Amino acid sequence: MLKQIEGSRAVAEAVALCRPEVICAYPITPQTHIVENLGQMVKAGEVDNCEFINVESEFAALSVAIGASATGARAYTATASQGLLFMAEAVYNASGLGLPIVMTIGNRAIGAPINIWNDQQDSMSMRDAGWIQLYAETNQDAVDLHIQATRLAEELSVPVMVCVDGFILTHAYERVDIPTQEQVDAFVPAFEPRQLLDPAEPVTIGAMVGPEAFTEVRYLAHYRQMQALWLIPELAEEYEQQFGRSTGGLLRSYRSDDAETLVIALGSVNGTIKDVVDKLRDEGTAIGSVSITSFRPFPAKRLREVVGQARRVVVIEKSLAVGIGGIVSTDVRMALAGAGLPVYTVVAGLGGRAITQASLREALLKAHRDVLERLTFLDLRHDVIHREIERLETQRRSGPVAENILRQLGSVADHIG
Amino acid sequence: MRRPYAITLDVGSSLANLTGSWRSERPVYVDRLPPCNSACPAGENIQQWLFHAEEGNYQAAWRVLVRDNPLAAIMGRVCYHPCESACNRGLLDESVGINAVERFLGDEANRQGWQFDPIAADSGRRVMVVGSGPAGLSAAYHLRRRGHGVVIFEAESTAGGMMRFGIPQYRLPRSVLDSDVQRIVDMGVELRLGQRVDDIEATMQQEKFDACFLGVGSQIGKRAYIPAGDARRITDAVAVLHQMEGENKPLLGRRVVVYGGGNTAIDVARTARRLGAEESIVVYRRTREKMPAHSHELNEALEEGVKVKWLSTIAAAGDETITVEKMQLDESGNPQPTGEFETMQADSVVLALGQDVDLDLLARLPELNIERGVVQVDALQMTGRRGIFAGGDMVGGERTVTVAVGHGKKAARAIDAYLRDSTPAQAAKHELATFDRLNTWYYSDAPKTIRPVLDIIRRQSTFDEVVGSLDEATALYEARRCMSCGNCFECDTCYGVCPDNAVIKLGPGKGFEFNYDYCKGCGLCAAECPCGAIRMEPEVD
Amino acid sequence: MRTSHVKFYQTGTFTVGNRLLSETERSVQSTLERTNALNSGHRACQGCGEALGARYAIDAAMRATNNQLIAANATGCLEVFSTPYPETSWQVPWIHSLFGNAAAVATGVAAALRVKGRTDTRVVAQGGDGGTTDIGFGCLSGMFERNDDVLYICYDNEAYMNTGVQRSSATPPTARTATTQAVGPEPGNVFGQGKNVPLIAMAHEIPYVATASVADVRDLEAKVTKAMSMHGARYIHILVPCPLGWGSAPHDTVKLARLATESGLFPVFEAERGEITDRRTIRKQVPVEEYLRLQRRFAHLFKPVLQVDVIARLQAAADRNIRRFGLHGQGEL
Repeated sequence: MLKQIEGSRAVAEAVALCRPEVICAYPITPQTHIVENLGQMVKAGEVDNCEFINVESEFAALSVAIGASATGARAYTATASQGLLFMAEAVYNASGLGLPIVMTIGNRAIGAPINIWNDQQDSMSMRDAGWIQLYAETNQDAVDLHIQATRLAEELSVPVMVCVDGFILTHAYERVDIPTQEQVDAFVPAFEPRQLLDPAEPVTIGAMVGPEAFTEVRYLAHYRQMQALWLIPELAEEYEQQFGRSTGGLLRSYRSDDAETLVIALGSVNGTIKDVVDKLRDEGTAIGSVSITSFRPFPAKRLREVVGQARRVVVIEKSLAVGIGGIVSTDVRMALAGAGLPVYTVVAGLGGRAITQASLREALLKAHRDVLERLTFLDLRHDVIHREIERLETQRRSGPVAENILRQLGSVADHIG
Repeated sequence: MRRPYAITLDVGSSLANLTGSWRSERPVYVDRLPPCNSACPAGENIQQWLFHAEEGNYQAAWRVLVRDNPLAAIMGRVCYHPCESACNRGLLDESVGINAVERFLGDEANRQGWQFDPIAADSGRRVMVVGSGPAGLSAAYHLRRRGHGVVIFEAESTAGGMMRFGIPQYRLPRSVLDSDVQRIVDMGVELRLGQRVDDIEATMQQEKFDACFLGVGSQIGKRAYIPAGDARRITDAVAVLHQMEGENKPLLGRRVVVYGGGNTAIDVARTARRLGAEESIVVYRRTREKMPAHSHELNEALEEGVKVKWLSTIAAAGDETITVEKMQLDESGNPQPTGEFETMQADSVVLALGQDVDLDLLARLPELNIERGVVQVDALQMTGRRGIFAGGDMVGGERTVTVAVGHGKKAARAIDAYLRDSTPAQAAKHELATFDRLNTWYYSDAPKTIRPVLDIIRRQSTFDEVVGSLDEATALYEARRCMSCGNCFECDTCYGVCPDNAVIKLGPGKGFEFNYDYCKGCGLCAAECPCGAIRMEPEVD
Repeated sequence: MRTSHVKFYQTGTFTVGNRLLSETERSVQSTLERTNALNSGHRACQGCGEALGARYAIDAAMRATNNQLIAANATGCLEVFSTPYPETSWQVPWIHSLFGNAAAVATGVAAALRVKGRTDTRVVAQGGDGGTTDIGFGCLSGMFERNDDVLYICYDNEAYMNTGVQRSSATPPTARTATTQAVGPEPGNVFGQGKNVPLIAMAHEIPYVATASVADVRDLEAKVTKAMSMHGARYIHILVPCPLGWGSAPHDTVKLARLATESGLFPVFEAERGEITDRRTIRKQVPVEEYLRLQRRFAHLFKPVLQVDVIARLQAAADRNIRRFGLHGQGEL
């Protein structure tokens, strides 16, 4: 059913359609609307047989989900940014215990400095935590991926994060097709846990594992997640058949055939990228793009196939690995190792900075001509950087760089003593 | 279910980890000797019979008791219960009223008509026992239990010896005495009353006795020289108490002076009160602390109006008076004369200065070694003459009913071995369960039960039993005050406090075992065992 | 003459069992049928109070629930010594997630059970003092505040023993730990304000709060049983001496728990909906010194010189407990 609704509402409705049994809620911008909506639906009796628990922290949110999932309940929670970091210990724990929890990440920057706007630093920080990470390009994607994620998680007994760009998607009112309950029920069977806390058949879950078996446990975690590389496309295909909508599986390519330059990105920025690609194509530039849906597991083989004969790759990153550069780029380079292609990293949209078509176009054209720096920060205000670096070199004093920059910008200077 | 490797495990699988290898000390269950048992002259297994009594299983308790001592009802009245003096509970609050429970069990046996267990197969051997006092009865009983034929020769016309002729009725009702004796007779012991034995050797030969036990009581009162005008007014305690059993009760007058400080002196003084004496005065040369009579008996006497003249000796006896000299104790605690005299009214003077045994019957047995009026015996109660054993008053030592019973038992065991040409089995010596072995925290706070006492008026005028019996509930209470020193009473504490579940409970009456596969040797079981029945021993490879 | 003492049972309920009691009056730990929730073969130190307390508590909870019980466990000694791969000592369905989230995991378990309609199955969460009074405190308080249907049991051994005896907020003043060494002018742990989690639990006005110790299994079992008869958030705080951390003899574990309660240092009481309803009165009061002397963590109070004033401060704390909780049986509850 087509609806003109806020992204968060759409996600909430999709989650509700998956018949969650325990929902743990803790507010953090920009995912808050999701749990608010779910809370309202549960309270109104629109979700059958579901416990909605207002917890005292994100750490508790995921911990409650862990307990619920281990007891055989389909558990869901959502978080973002600092919240994800606050629950970090539990994030690793849920995957280590093989509990198929689905969690929405309303992607947002991580402080300090505190910043509530969108980038993908938060979920990137958890890329090695053993969760499958799916990135939604649109709110329709977000809806479809949540439904697939529920089944994916439970079939593999691996938790899944569905990453939805904060504000850009979560707060955007768009036309979204919300499936019917019958459709979702047909796609998502009842949860059959791989392990269960049950007095009838008691087990110990969460043993202490030493050097003699830890490597094997980790290997198996890797092995299980890698199975998603075939399961995700399979589920996407099945989903397309049942719902008439493609989510592309591991990744989606756009005008990539015969492209010399291929742009790679995760999430909503792909919309802007496609617009730029269209314009550059119109101008005769052989350029295409790839939207990676499954960042974990990383679809290296599929990416190689898509890259094909391209001569270069540009990765648009909404995060930064301080000290090296791109996070996604590193994985892309590894996937394309041996192909000898230059991989350009463009760090863009940090802390909610708008990624404009103009800036993007300029960067991509430079890349196309192989004159782009290997690591580029889109729309970086070089004057500010230079002044601060200069000052640092003369003063060499520690302290918050952010505050110093803001001081120079003068935007808050009047309010800071 | 396909469980995740390593992080999810099957329950209880740690049984594969045998933590017993950590141990440097191992706990072992032991039976330590309870101080009551250790102190009992009759060798009763008090702790064990109390164990049954605690459960209200009185017959089982009685059966354990009479394995060692057949005179339960008598014991419960006349025993001076050294067990209670030794009782560890005395260090906690007050000793367990063992004697009262014993009396309850003995009386219960008489009320219910319980008989002894069937005796062993007849051995075909015959033993003569001289004297039907506690030593003789005990020997006869223990011999009969072992299947031997026993004949008791008793010079008096009634059985009981000094229990009848030395202990007043208000302490031991004769019906009780008769019941306990009858039960022994009912075993098939032949009791020949009114038969004084003059020639042991001849009797043994005539009747083909294979062995003999002598258990003659100390029936002769010791006399002291007192210058006296009228000797008729001076008598001795044994004679008075013996006379009490006859038709003609002794005539002691209104003012009676008893001379001595032992239990017999107290008995006579109390008897005199009951016979109508207005004044019954014990004259004793030392102080109360030094008095050999048991303090509870003295207390009862004082309650009944008996008076004591401490630090005094009788210097002379006149027609209606006696002259008493005051004494004082020297540095070593011996009384020394002061030269101060005092005159007292006295219708009669009863000497209670100790007793001797009539050893005339031993005259024809020159092998017997007699020193200071008592027969010398070896560690097995055998006299210098093979096959002739002796016990009770005539072998010296403490002269109590209980000691005599113990001698009889010991001699019977030796006679049995003698008859079988073997030596008596030596029971393993157990370490004493001293107070410091116990963890007394676990015992409920429970002061001793006071036995009912006859009211004072009746005690001064009748020979009714002074100290009453416990009723069932009270006896049970008293039994349950027992701390079961040194012997497991199945309180489950070891089973509970083991952090490693390394104590195996075998079920009621079967106790516990250690599971050394898992016991880490922490020693909690031994430390917390209330009764000290677990010992930690170094682990040896 | 005293009459009718048949109620007196030799050791009463002080011993673990008592053959003179009727079957129904016997403790769980005395029965052949006890479940040994924490089985043999675990790797706890010799004389471990926590292993003992955990078995006492969980066995009682199992009996109270007819074995329909699920346990969530915080990281700590109890978790480590009971479940090193490939062996587990637990006989109940059991989950260990993290150090600080046992209460929240239990909340999740309870929520799942409710959703699944398995109302007969109950949940306990358990952890040491570190996992309860420190790192797990947020989750604990949240569970209390929501009144989730969880019994949380804290096994308090008064420090972080698993990591090598570091101070926790449950460590008593003057106690030596690896992070409060017995050096300097004020050796050992500071005299802080203390953190009485049972009282904090009571401040949440949850249905049931109790303290207990391994020195009184009957009391402990009664409290667990009572807790399992109720719904909502419940909290039991059990003192479990630790030979390793306290520097005490392994065989003194139960004795120390006893001395802690008999001295008044560890008041044993229970409360319902924020109000104290009962307390275990002191039977044979002992000076705190008797308790302290058995533990090397307090050795500096006695050597090289007797710290009379410091011991007096600890005695004052015990005396305050006695007054405050009416441990002599005095005063209003």
